[in-house]
Amino acid sequence: MLIRAKATTALLAACGLAVGGCGGGGPQSSSERITNGKVVLAVLNDQSGVYADLSGKNSVEAVKLAVADYQKKYGDAAVAKTIEVVSADHQNKPDIANNKAQELYDRQRADVILDVPTSSAALAVATQAAAKKRLFIAVSPATTALTGKACNKYTFHYAYDTWMLANGTGRTVTQQGAREWYIVYPDYAFGQDMEKSFTQAIQSAGGHVIAADPTPFPNDNFSTFLIKATTLKPKPQVLGTMQAGGDLVNLVKQYNQFRLREQGITLSTGLMFITDIHSLGPDAFAGTQFTDAWYWNFDERNRQWADRFTAATGTRPSFAHAANYSAALQYLEAVQRAGTDDADAVVTAMEGYTFDDVFARHAAIRAADHRVTHDVYLAEVKPKADVTRDWDYEKIVQTIPADRAFRPVAESAAAGCTLG
Amino acid sequence: MSDFVQQCFNGLVSGSFYALLALGLAVIFGMLGVVNFAHGSFYMLGAFSAYIGLESFGVPFWVALVAVPLLLGILGMVIERLLIHRLVDLDPLYNFLLTFGVALVLQDLMKRTYGVQSQPYPVPGGLAGQVNLGLFRYPAYQVFVLAISVSVCVGVWVLLTRTRVGMIVRGATERRDLTRALGVNVGLWVTPVFGFGTALAAFSGVLAAPMRAVNPLMGADLILVVFAVVVIGGLGSIVGSVLAGFTIGMLQALGNLYVPALSQTLVFIVMAVILLWRPAGLFGREEARA
Repeated sequence: MLIRAKATTALLAACGLAVGGCGGGGPQSSSERITNGKVVLAVLNDQSGVYADLSGKNSVEAVKLAVADYQKKYGDAAVAKTIEVVSADHQNKPDIANNKAQELYDRQRADVILDVPTSSAALAVATQAAAKKRLFIAVSPATTALTGKACNKYTFHYAYDTWMLANGTGRTVTQQGAREWYIVYPDYAFGQDMEKSFTQAIQSAGGHVIAADPTPFPNDNFSTFLIKATTLKPKPQVLGTMQAGGDLVNLVKQYNQFRLREQGITLSTGLMFITDIHSLGPDAFAGTQFTDAWYWNFDERNRQWADRFTAATGTRPSFAHAANYSAALQYLEAVQRAGTDDADAVVTAMEGYTFDDVFARHAAIRAADHRVTHDVYLAEVKPKADVTRDWDYEKIVQTIPADRAFRPVAESAAAGCTLG
Repeated sequence: MSDFVQQCFNGLVSGSFYALLALGLAVIFGMLGVVNFAHGSFYMLGAFSAYIGLESFGVPFWVALVAVPLLLGILGMVIERLLIHRLVDLDPLYNFLLTFGVALVLQDLMKRTYGVQSQPYPVPGGLAGQVNLGLFRYPAYQVFVLAISVSVCVGVWVLLTRTRVGMIVRGATERRDLTRALGVNVGLWVTPVFGFGTALAAFSGVLAAPMRAVNPLMGADLILVVFAVVVIGGLGSIVGSVLAGFTIGMLQALGNLYVPALSQTLVFIVMAVILLWRPAGLFGREEARA
């Protein structure tokens, strides 16, 4: 190891001599600017379980696209000359995520860990990031604890969170006139978090939650709750479901069979990925409103990136894929600005930075709680008749501007985040 | 009142799947003494075959309902001949591990090919609407599921009690050695019974496709409850597993409504209590497992 480190230092010194301005602007200290001579991006996510399709291995491909773009943009001037992308499967288990994160930081020398779906797993990785003083950009977990009591100097929260979903869907749908809600949520941390956030958002918009029921997880028969929805007094106008994955599909199939929409109870989903719509076909969801962090067919810029992604993976990107691309790119840009991959310097380069890329529009990295804010979208599932091409499932009803899409800093501070 | 009846009805629909799956498990256990852990995978394969049939070959639901159990029944027999058969004489633990392995292999094969996302499957044309059951309206397809499940359970019961084949199977289930001593070639029936059990699982899989998420994990999620059902009914008891299937379905539906926090554990609490009270299950006889 020692010999290798010396060799890299020598190599870097040579590079510094040969290419005068490489990474110009960065601090030209005597210590090595890129530790181990390379920048290591690690994608830690679910590669075989329920979240494998919406993020999984294809997020690794997305990160590779970001590396290619960075290298193309800076060429010889790139601070990170050698970039390595590694990945690991955490199987959505916090203990495995904890071990893998340790291994990635220590043995694989990861400079940053990306993605990490499943909130409990992400919280474990955030703890490791703080202990190892290395970066963690949480892309696909949902919990606001990452910018609340679990926030730390090295952890950033990127794509979405429960507050953003509840605010986008709960508040907007209530404001559109559907005031009476019945909420069903899976009985685990994410579901309970979502139920709380939605109830708050609905009430603050002048709506009313008639009842909120926890459901078993996993569950394949939702008829108990669907029938209860029709017998509640007053009658709910919206059934808000916080289910995800297979449970969401079960619920929607049965919602359609019980004809709740015909009885005036519309469906609103807390968290939905485009892969969910794809698995049931658009008709099953037609008219359902939900908050999306990004949609591939939103504009020409998104479509161009989606085509590149499709060429690499054979499938259309979910917002998690685009967000992983963006997070990797912004990390590398921060390394470029800092002139080093030293974690503290990169954190400083990221804090307060504003940018605009294919995923994150009008984006900013808040220094106070490390929430990355960007525009998000209220989307509606198109009926099949309106679908013109494969995966063309969403109509963007409304863009929720970045400064109103996420939890205000004051609330993060109240939730226990003391970075700022 | 009508609410309560309706919730019971929900439970019976869930119970339909438990009963069909438990029935298959019970026949297999009775005949082979094998706790078939791969049972949930055959349920999953049933739903997937229906989906693949429709998607790639345009096979309608009704054809799939007959053809898929036949095909997967044959696959079951092949697996019995090639693998399970070889371990039957050893400690039951060996087949327990083997079938568990088979379940993982089948599940991961489907995961590899189709990913973990659910696949779409429409409700068959004639059953898309709702029917009026007097007290309330109910989705036609779910009424159909209940009706066909009850018919199949009754059919299997008739087959087992009124035919010669059934008599041999029951005889072999209860006293394998004695049946053999009476000159019946028990071994001859082992493979077909295993095939029949897996066909029942496949059949419930096809039934599940229009109303449940079709994905590689659907069987694994369900099978745990089905094992509890079989234990409650009495391992190897055919009537017991069917009745326990419907009862547990109802219990879960009502549990969801009145004690949501407990609904997932309810089944296992009932199982524990019943095992304390009757170690062989409700309808099981301890001497049956000699």
